[in-house]
Amino acid sequence: MDNEYQLIILGGGPAALTAGIYAARSRLRTLLIEKGMLGGLIANAEWVENFPGFPDGISGLELAGLMQKQAEKFGIVTLYAEVTGLQVRGRQKIVSTTEGDFIAPAVIIACGSERINLDVPGEKEFTGRGVSYCATCDAAFFKDRPVAVVGGGNSAISEALHLAKFSSRVTVIHRRDQLRASRIVEEKARSEPKIDFIWNTIVEAIEGTETVERLRLNNVVTGLKTDFPVKGVFISIGQRPNTEFLKGVVALDANGYIITNEKMETSVPGILAAGDIRANSIRQTISAAGDGATAAVYAERYLTG
Amino acid sequence: MAKTVTVTDSTFEEVVLKSPNPVLVDFWATWCRPCQMVAPILEELTQEYAGKLTIAKLDVDQNQQTAAKYRVMSIPTMIIFKQGKPVANIVGFKPKDKLKQELDAALASA
Repeated sequence: MDNEYQLIILGGGPAALTAGIYAARSRLRTLLIEKGMLGGLIANAEWVENFPGFPDGISGLELAGLMQKQAEKFGIVTLYAEVTGLQVRGRQKIVSTTEGDFIAPAVIIACGSERINLDVPGEKEFTGRGVSYCATCDAAFFKDRPVAVVGGGNSAISEALHLAKFSSRVTVIHRRDQLRASRIVEEKARSEPKIDFIWNTIVEAIEGTETVERLRLNNVVTGLKTDFPVKGVFISIGQRPNTEFLKGVVALDANGYIITNEKMETSVPGILAAGDIRANSIRQTISAAGDGATAAVYAERYLTG
Repeated sequence: MAKTVTVTDSTFEEVVLKSPNPVLVDFWATWCRPCQMVAPILEELTQEYAGKLTIAKLDVDQNQQTAAKYRVMSIPTMIIFKQGKPVANIVGFKPKDKLKQELDAALASA
């Protein structure tokens, strides 16, 4: 495999794939590096209703697959490896991965975010024993059984809606007194008779013997602690950026997101960022795709400028 | 060339429990995307662990008895069997390096 490129794209979600489509069509020698599977977070979404061009909606997996197909059609080269470091040497950037080092003058960082764990006693022990992070994967194991969803954003409520097709009862446990999900998603959840809500409440521990049996809850307003019996708990409390390896390389905000200007340029010339990993991103598939296109165009200008 | 082996409720005992070699059983389903991410890695590992480890796949949707028996409640779950006994559980997608580390630890123990 060639080690030198004009552009290296880190990540494989909508931002990275869109950047790849634009870069490949500009005939830039482009390498895309992804650690798992192309498609990104959206591929886990059961149904996507807000991506323009699909008035009847489309499954996240299908949408991701179409993006991948389009990028491959224009000839991007994909490497499956984990990125461990990024160094700047003059105009060249060196990307270190578990499959070796790769060099290019321009890099687009689009490796998105990773799941935040609840980080409470029992979470790790019961993972795969009633603790889950993927309703589309595991809902069928909880047919006619009561489950809880922890979180209040779009992903959490979408998980709850999917679980309601299987489980006997779905309780959404949220630390605030209102959801952060979009109105249309919230309305669906509120009209689903199997879904109920526990507000202002955090999970302090997940308990059971062989499998999950109950959650220890704490109402943050009243301070009241209760036990809540469930067979399964689906954790969906958000994401954090995958920027550990970028500390000291490009400027990050207080939460670890990459700071960019409107051209998607970071603090280092030739390093751009796109998608969920960027500070102030609205973390939507469509905005990630837009970021990816912008980043690819300005990466090309950097290369030719 | 070594390949993954498909097992079912009816062949599980013969292929997995009676195997003289350690067997990794990947519990998966068609609707599970992390399972699709694991699949190509397991295909590669069949080569790298040829002779040391058999890698088998069990569709939990078609083979609910075995999945229930081993209390699989999350997929992908990979269970490593030695002499018919489950000795390690790996739950969820892991990048190849991480998966190999956990696999090597399980193979070295007991």
